[in-house]
Amino acid sequence: MTSIRVAETPLVLYILRRADDALVLGHRLSEWCGRAPMMEEEMALANMGLDLIGQARALYTYAGEVEAQGHDEDALAYRRDERGYKNLLLVEQGNGDFARTMLRQFLYAAYADPYWRAMTTSRDATLAAIAAKAEKEMAYHLRHSAEWMIRLGDGTAESRARLERALATLWPFTGELFEIDTLDREVIDDGIGVDPDSVRDTWTATVADILARATLTMPADGYMQKGGRNGRHSEHLGHLLTELQYLQRTIPGATW
Amino acid sequence: MPEANIPLWEVFIRSRNGLSHKHAGSLHAPDATLALQAARDLYTRRGEGVSIWVVPSNAITASDPAEKGMMFEPTASKVYRHPTFYEIPDEVGHM
Repeated sequence: MTSIRVAETPLVLYILRRADDALVLGHRLSEWCGRAPMMEEEMALANMGLDLIGQARALYTYAGEVEAQGHDEDALAYRRDERGYKNLLLVEQGNGDFARTMLRQFLYAAYADPYWRAMTTSRDATLAAIAAKAEKEMAYHLRHSAEWMIRLGDGTAESRARLERALATLWPFTGELFEIDTLDREVIDDGIGVDPDSVRDTWTATVADILARATLTMPADGYMQKGGRNGRHSEHLGHLLTELQYLQRTIPGATW
Repeated sequence: MPEANIPLWEVFIRSRNGLSHKHAGSLHAPDATLALQAARDLYTRRGEGVSIWVVPSNAITASDPAEKGMMFEPTASKVYRHPTFYEIPDEVGHM
């Protein structure tokens, strides 16, 4: 089935960037189904994935309304190509082991929780309402993943080594959390969007505190990867979308 | 993660309209904090609860099923303990 073209006005793009973060991370968590190290965490991972997919649905629906080209949530999720996706590179990185998945969740939630909390005062009533729900969900993701950071970091030699490897792998993707361009700036200056830079101090304090309690050293800010916000992705997103979009691309409009 | 090494916890949920916490089930978790989070994820997914207790299963002292004769049968013949022999005036209403 052919891909759609999205009219990327600043507000549509702003909403899509956040929606893609939620969908891609939610899909990554869904990949744990049947594979988690214990049943309790299987449920926790699936719950967090469903929270994120719920956020994505609300954001896609709203992006489609703002765009006013007749694109619903399914069209936006299933019929955009890799370059049309504007998510952070962090969220598309592979699950790896449990330590890497939990670290990815922690780094994202430490950002998304204060981000959505700030969004609750947006001039845009729909975004403020989506934020009010998302903020509570991300607060829980942050709490759960942070508890695992402490236990894995300050746990056995094995768990610590795995978390240290994950930290070295994922840290270069954290700079992108705070990246904005002139299109984002327009939406922020309109009183609709949140400037990610306004939650940077909160994020840094949270990550520093939890890593200290996990007895890990916070990496120095070296070279940071970017490109996701403009559709330039790592090799992982294409594979993820192949699986995510397979059914709708093969049997267009299939419902169940 | 071998579950044999992870302690078992009993979960009690107080529902929206219930007065007391009721036993909901059990789960494995390495400590109390994660047990509480797992209980939230496992047993309150459909909006069941407003409060959760978790208790280490090994903190519970249980009666021995083999002693149920001694423990529970002597009460079977004491029907007078059921308050069914009293005339309750209509004005009292439902008790």
